Amino acid sequence: MISDLALEVNRLSGQQIELCYHCHKCTAGCPVVDAMDYGPDMVLQMASLDQGEPLFRSRDIWLCVGCLTCATRCPNEIDIASAMDGLRQLALARGYPAGERDALLFHRLFLGVVRRFGRSHEAFMLGLFKVLSHVPLMNDMGAGLGLFMRGKVPLLPGRSRAGEEVRKIIERSKP
Amino acid sequence: MSYSYYPGCSLHSTGLEYGLSTKAVFAHLGLELNELPDWNCCGASSAHTLDHDLALALPARNIALAQEMGGDLVTPCAACFNRLKGADHLLKSDTKLREHIESLIGFKFTGEVAVRPVLAVLYEDYGLIRLKEQVRRSLDGLKIVPYYGCLLVRPPEITRFDDPDNPQVMGRILSAAGAEVLPWSHATDCCGGSLSLSRSDVVRFLVGRLADRAREAGADAIVTACPLCQVNLEMRQTSSPKLPVFYFTELLGLAFGLTEAESWWGKHLINPRPALAKIGLLEVAR
Repeated sequence: MISDLALEVNRLSGQQIELCYHCHKCTAGCPVVDAMDYGPDMVLQMASLDQGEPLFRSRDIWLCVGCLTCATRCPNEIDIASAMDGLRQLALARGYPAGERDALLFHRLFLGVVRRFGRSHEAFMLGLFKVLSHVPLMNDMGAGLGLFMRGKVPLLPGRSRAGEEVRKIIERSKP
Repeated sequence: MSYSYYPGCSLHSTGLEYGLSTKAVFAHLGLELNELPDWNCCGASSAHTLDHDLALALPARNIALAQEMGGDLVTPCAACFNRLKGADHLLKSDTKLREHIESLIGFKFTGEVAVRPVLAVLYEDYGLIRLKEQVRRSLDGLKIVPYYGCLLVRPPEITRFDDPDNPQVMGRILSAAGAEVLPWSHATDCCGGSLSLSRSDVVRFLVGRLADRAREAGADAIVTACPLCQVNLEMRQTSSPKLPVFYFTELLGLAFGLTEAESWWGKHLINPRPALAKIGLLEVAR
C-alpha cells in the first residue's frame, strides 16, 4: 500500500520511493545529515507513512544541497535529491514556512535575479540577501569586500539580451 | 578543433580566473572557443528547487544556441555542465517534456550537441601526450590533491564522465604537467554548495574537513574544476595555514609558461604565491 504522499512525491520526482528498504547508505553518505532533523532515509520512510506535516516543516528538505551522493549510492536507484525537490515543491504549494528560511530566501533571490537579467548578478543578490536574511549583517563582510576588491562582484550586470530572452520564455510558460 | 563555449555566470564573477585561464590555455593549444551569443544562466540549484519549467528551459535555451552554432558545447563550470547535460538527457528521453520545452523556447531539439566539461576536452581530444609536450616549466615538487566535488561525476548515468567514486582525469592531466598528485579520501565529497550563505556553519564544517584531509594527504594545494567549490573552499577555510585552491587550468597555464598566469594569482582570496614560490615557480611566471 503506497501512501498518498509517496504517490505525490513519485509523480513530482519521477522516483519510486517505496522501493527503499532502509539500508542507510544515503544517510551514511549525506554530507549535511548532522544538521538535519531526520536524515534522508527517514524522510523517505515518513513520506511512505504519510507523515506530511513534520516533513514539510522540517529543515531536512531545505538542507539537501543536491550533491547526489545518495542518488549514486542507492541500491534501488532512488534519486533521493529529486524526491527532496518534490517535497519542497509540495511544502511551498501547501503554504508551509520553510524549515530553513534563509535557504529558501537564497533560492528565491537567485531565481528572481535570473528572471530579471537572464544571468546571475552577485552584487545585487548578495546585497538583498544581507538585508533580508536572518544572517547577521556583518557576517562575510570581509570576504565580500575581498571579492569586490578583486573585481569579482561587478556592480552593473553585463550587457546581453539574455534577460529579454528569458522573460519571453517565462511569458510563454504562463498558462 | 573548434567548440562552442558556455562560460556561465560564475566565470564572470567569483570564478573570474577560471574563465581567464581556460581561455588562455585553449588559445595556447590552438583549440578555438566560440562563446554562445547572449547565453543565459543555467538555473543552477535554485531553479530546480522552485520552478520546474524554468529549471529545464534555462539550460535548454543554451543548448538551442549551441545547436545553431554547431560543434560540441564546452563548459568549465561543474554546475553548468550538470544542468546542461541533465537537460540534454531529459530532452532526449522524455518526448512530452521535449515538445513542451521546444514550444517555450521556439526551437527544434536535434540532440546533436555533445555537452562536455573542459576536463574531458583536454583529456579526450587533445590528450595527455600532447599536453606533456607543451610543458615549458614542470610543476615538479608541487604537491596537490585533485578535488572534483559533486556535479562533474554525479549522477554517473547522466554525466558519463570519469569514475564517480574514484575519478582520475584531473590527476592525470596535472601529473602530465609535472605536479605530484597525491591520493586522498575526499575527491568527490560535497563542499556544501549553495548553503554557503544561509548556513555558513555547515559549509565551514564540510570545507574544514576537506582541507584537513588534504593536509593529511600531504598536499600544499587543492585543485578544483568548479567555481562554486573554489569560492567555498577559499571563503570557508578556518584553520591555518590555509591551503591555496587553484583551478586546474591555472596550473596548466603556469606549466605552459603563459605570461598571463601572474595576473591570476591576485584574484584569489587565499594567496597562492607562497605555495608556488616554495618550489621556485613564482619568478618564472612573472
